[in-house]
Amino acid sequence: MNERKIGGVILSVQNISLAFGGVKALTDISFDVREHEVRAIIGPNGAGKSSMLNVINGVYRAQQGQITYRGQVRKDMDTHQAAEQGIARTFQNIALFKGMTVLDNVMTGRNLKMKSNFLMQALWWGPAQREEMEQRRKAEEIIDFLEIQRIRKTPVSRLPYGLQKRVELARALAAEPKVLLLDEPMAGMNVEEKQDMCRFILSVNEQFGTTIVLIEHDMGVVMDISDRVVVLDYGKKIGDGTPDEVRNNQEVIDAYLGIAH
Amino acid sequence: MSSLQVFAEVLIAGLLTGIMYSLVALGFVLIYKASSVFNFAQGAMVFFAALTLVGIIELGVPFWLALLLTIGVMVLLGMGIEKFVLRPLVNQHEITLLMATIGLTFVIEGLAQLVWGTDVRRIDLGIKDIPIEFIADNTGILVSQLDLFAAVVAGALVATLAVLFSHTKVGRALRAVADDHAAALSVGIPLQRIWGIVWGVAGLVALVAGMLWGARSGVQFALVFVALKALPVLIIGGFTSVPGVIVAGLIVGASEKIAEFYVGPMVGGGIETWFPYVLAILFLLVRPEGLYGEKIIRRV
Repeated sequence: MNERKIGGVILSVQNISLAFGGVKALTDISFDVREHEVRAIIGPNGAGKSSMLNVINGVYRAQQGQITYRGQVRKDMDTHQAAEQGIARTFQNIALFKGMTVLDNVMTGRNLKMKSNFLMQALWWGPAQREEMEQRRKAEEIIDFLEIQRIRKTPVSRLPYGLQKRVELARALAAEPKVLLLDEPMAGMNVEEKQDMCRFILSVNEQFGTTIVLIEHDMGVVMDISDRVVVLDYGKKIGDGTPDEVRNNQEVIDAYLGIAH
Repeated sequence: MSSLQVFAEVLIAGLLTGIMYSLVALGFVLIYKASSVFNFAQGAMVFFAALTLVGIIELGVPFWLALLLTIGVMVLLGMGIEKFVLRPLVNQHEITLLMATIGLTFVIEGLAQLVWGTDVRRIDLGIKDIPIEFIADNTGILVSQLDLFAAVVAGALVATLAVLFSHTKVGRALRAVADDHAAALSVGIPLQRIWGIVWGVAGLVALVAGMLWGARSGVQFALVFVALKALPVLIIGGFTSVPGVIVAGLIVGASEKIAEFYVGPMVGGGIETWFPYVLAILFLLVRPEGLYGEKIIRRV
């Protein structure tokens, strides 16, 4: 599809099980993600896709299994740690800071890159201000990249849904992540918006070399942009492979189309 | 003295008091914004701060050193409350958190009196509660030096915090945390450090409020009730808005003085103490989210 060089395994989850009380959300899931690839997680509603992302960035703690990220094995992640080590994400139901402008939202993504602390800012020291300007320039670059310059100063709550999704992507990108987790980046979009979003996801992947793990419902989109696909159903892994392999997997077809009884 | 001069005098006195209400209310807003905790103990913190400052001065420590020490004590108290009382309660119902802060109120008030005694004391800021001659000579309006000084200090602190929380990294982080916890965590904003900072700043605000009110009306238990005046200010201004509490503080201060002066004599006086609450109730009926609060939209 394109000329990216896919590297070694950057993230792998091994035998992850997660339950909420008696409800099993994930059962013994294992898969890996290679550097620079676009990896999709698909499956019917309630298959455990979002839970999987939430385990990867530490929102949920899995009861069993482990995660290996950049060679380091751990029982579970911690959200702050995950962010510090280069995992950024977007949410299924947009989780932007609604009262803040697009620029401010993107700037929060650079929070971890800023070193000056509260006291320095309170005393209005020069370095703190210089840093603010420098980070601001980086934020503007990302805003340009995603073509949202026009709405930089607009409060996010006033933007249409499709643009909000793009702002959320911008905020995640602002952290210059190694791995970007996208939870249904195209849900609820029309065809044009979906095309735009696909284009952005692919150019992020190509230009920054960011590894992308995405959840998506639209099969056409998934098959077009991903290198490899994991299929979940009722919290279990039922398929894993290239889009073509997955498309021809009988279990996957059954899960999506139902089985004749 | 013309009636216009009298009106101006009452209005100015009211506005000057109002800024100090804003200052007290700001302590509430900071914490409520960042963590949805209505810190009932803010009034007790004001009292505790003023008593500690006076207590240290009475030990023979020079004023500036005592002030620095008290700043330290209040910042530690604020951060300590966050760490040892509220952090274990994180994710509990708002009502649980409120009850915890009500409990704290009694602990802090008791502690303050246990350590420093229950006598009424004075803080001497070196500025007298007498009219400013220059203004009195030129316009015939009496403006208290102390009131003006207190208002300038309170105004400067409120303005500094407002700028700090709107134009810096920490300010952005604070607003982000207030908006969406999960999203804030995902971009690596350290939630607990932000809460610590907010409580520390609330302690500092309590100290400045305690010092100014203490200089004006003596350091005594009644300071706790001054903090209660922050309630109508919050209701009118909106619980989450810094500009809101500034404007509402001015409204409360000015309107209570004006009501006291013009309506008071007709009903036997004492309006000042309850008028702001009536105003707050009117606001609750007409505009429950406050002047600048986030609009409450209900979908059916």
